[in-house]
Amino acid sequence: MSRKILLKNDHIPGINTLEVYRKHGGYEGLKKALGMAPDAIVEEVKKSGLRGRGGAGFPTGMKWSFLAKPEGVPRYLVCNADESEPGTFKDRYLMERIPHLLVEGMIVSSFALGANTSYIYIRGEYFYVLRILEKAIDEAYAAGLLGKNILGSGFSHDCYVQIGAGAYICGEETALLESLEGKRGNPRLKPPFPAVKGLWDCPTVVNNVETIAAVVPIIEMGGDAYAGIGIGKSTGTKLISASGHINKPGVYEIELGVPVEEFIYSDEYCGGIRNGKDLKAVVAGGSSVPILPKHLILKTAAGEPRLMSYESLGDGGFATGTMLGSGGFIVMDEDTSIVKNLYTFARFYHHESCGQCSPCREGTGWMERILKKILDGNGTLADIDLLWDIQSKIEGKTICPLGEAAAWPVAAAIRHFRHEFEEYVARPEGIREVRHYYRLKGLESVG
Amino acid sequence: MNDIKFSDETLALVQKTIRRYPEGRQKSALLPLLHLAQAEFDGWLSAPVMDYVASLLDIQPIEVYEVASFYSMFNLKPVGKCLIEVCHTSSCWLLGAEDIVRHLEQKLGIKKGQTTPDGKFTIKTVECLGSCGTAPMMMIGAQYHENLTLEKVDALVGEWDGKGERSRYC
Ligand SMILES: Cc1cc2nc3c(=O)[nH]c(=O)nc-3n(C[C@H](O)[C@H](O)[C@H](O)COP(=O)(O)O)c2cc1C
Ligand code: SF4
Ligand code: FES
Repeated sequence: MSRKILLKNDHIPGINTLEVYRKHGGYEGLKKALGMAPDAIVEEVKKSGLRGRGGAGFPTGMKWSFLAKPEGVPRYLVCNADESEPGTFKDRYLMERIPHLLVEGMIVSSFALGANTSYIYIRGEYFYVLRILEKAIDEAYAAGLLGKNILGSGFSHDCYVQIGAGAYICGEETALLESLEGKRGNPRLKPPFPAVKGLWDCPTVVNNVETIAAVVPIIEMGGDAYAGIGIGKSTGTKLISASGHINKPGVYEIELGVPVEEFIYSDEYCGGIRNGKDLKAVVAGGSSVPILPKHLILKTAAGEPRLMSYESLGDGGFATGTMLGSGGFIVMDEDTSIVKNLYTFARFYHHESCGQCSPCREGTGWMERILKKILDGNGTLADIDLLWDIQSKIEGKTICPLGEAAAWPVAAAIRHFRHEFEEYVARPEGIREVRHYYRLKGLESVG
Repeated sequence: MNDIKFSDETLALVQKTIRRYPEGRQKSALLPLLHLAQAEFDGWLSAPVMDYVASLLDIQPIEVYEVASFYSMFNLKPVGKCLIEVCHTSSCWLLGAEDIVRHLEQKLGIKKGQTTPDGKFTIKTVECLGSCGTAPMMMIGAQYHENLTLEKVDALVGEWDGKGERSRYC
């Protein structure tokens, strides 16, 4: 069921250059779009059923139609290329391989929204990708695809790349806007939403890299055709970043609706678990979504095959389901310590909390410290309950969803693997028997 | 503060960066400028360097300090010429990130977070760098090194030991 739309040309040598990109139909979508009315483009995106690929899955066409359009006030499109959710590396792949697809998407989307300026906010560590994007943008300017009066349409547009500096929270859209204004990445209280008051208080749309790239094929093939791909309300294709204990880690474009089992085991995708091991658990949508044990990731609680779609992964709610999220698919084999993996997440969220809200700032710190205590062999059964208690007090009580993103993985790990936490507490000496991680080849002794 | 000044080439880049934003919004150039400053002034941001950046953007020094201290890529203390940052989040941990860190610590005789006495190497652990499919990974300067093995790590350390120059940062 491999269905390549975004990545259909990713292996063509030189596809990162304007010349080769155009030879393979690049910027034809832009030409078509410039011949349409802006509202008609928004309409096609609505029809396509495209949902935001950054993690929340909000319908893109609907988001676009919320954009306020007061007279005489500039509007902005901002591309979220912060990509810092652990387990996610698809935007990097797309920008590195086919930078012009994003640039073309930026121009088409900006035309639809009436934005004469756009910014691509890219995480600081992707410096070399920034260079690739800047080169693509320079090429586009030289060819009259950016700048004044693009292809004689009367539409003018400038696109710039902005560099971040290492802060996961800047992926949250309002923190991103603060950062783009040269400030600390502290999320803003909503409302007002960016669609009304965004960058420099002007109406702004923030979309993920993959979302903006997908606008190009949607315009080329038409919204209805795109909506025909995928399954139910999960239309189109999705880039999945696959990592962990699998034979073939990497970025895969799937048609939404592929069975999880096929995705993990078929040679077309992950190629099964490495070293012939058994599957233990999967984090299916980036570090923030609930982890599921083997039996629940392969099948729903009702026994139906679990599919790679928003609805099927969400089936069962958080009791027995999870989320598609950003598509960061982390696979763990039978030897993996769930407690230790959770600790890496807890440490991450503590490190990345911006500190504005006490439940998040304090709660993430407590969760990290308690998990460390358990891992060090000093935990008690009461600590497990305390962990549960702390995570339950974060949800819904913070300015931005980072608090929830930190709480959900803890809740899910305890929900599905409580026995493992109890084992750590009951038999601290047994901790040494749990293989915490895959050992590198050539390593003789590990302390 | 007199000797702190960007090269003419960098100053041109500063002007170009400021022009990306509407008038009066030059503060938006702060993150890009701090990266340039860190690259040009020995890999870290001293108070005089931050004051210089504030003067270029016509903002208060405190506005620079509060930003520089928020973002993990900005170093507020000197770092070694070769800055090694090892990712230790889930996917990299699953594939041996801790082995890499331990190996580096033993090899260089320092703990993570420290710099070798000769000022050549600093080891840091960092959170997911978007390279999980090629885990384990680390970054030296702005360069990604992926699918690491201990042999690869040894080769890289040897290479940098011989060079003695600062790892390219941006
Ligand atoms: C803590 C946090 C981190 C986020 N990180 C990212 C990110 O790195 N990239 C991204 O596209 N969206 C991220 N998001 C989601 C954005 O806030 C926003 O929903 C998204 O950029 C909207 O684009 P979309 O509708 O195209 O998905 C994050 C959200 C939160 C709460
Ligand atoms: S929930 Fe956490 S990250 Fe979000 S605003 Fe509050 S403290 Fe900051
Ligand atoms: S977990 Fe190391 S790069 Fe993502």
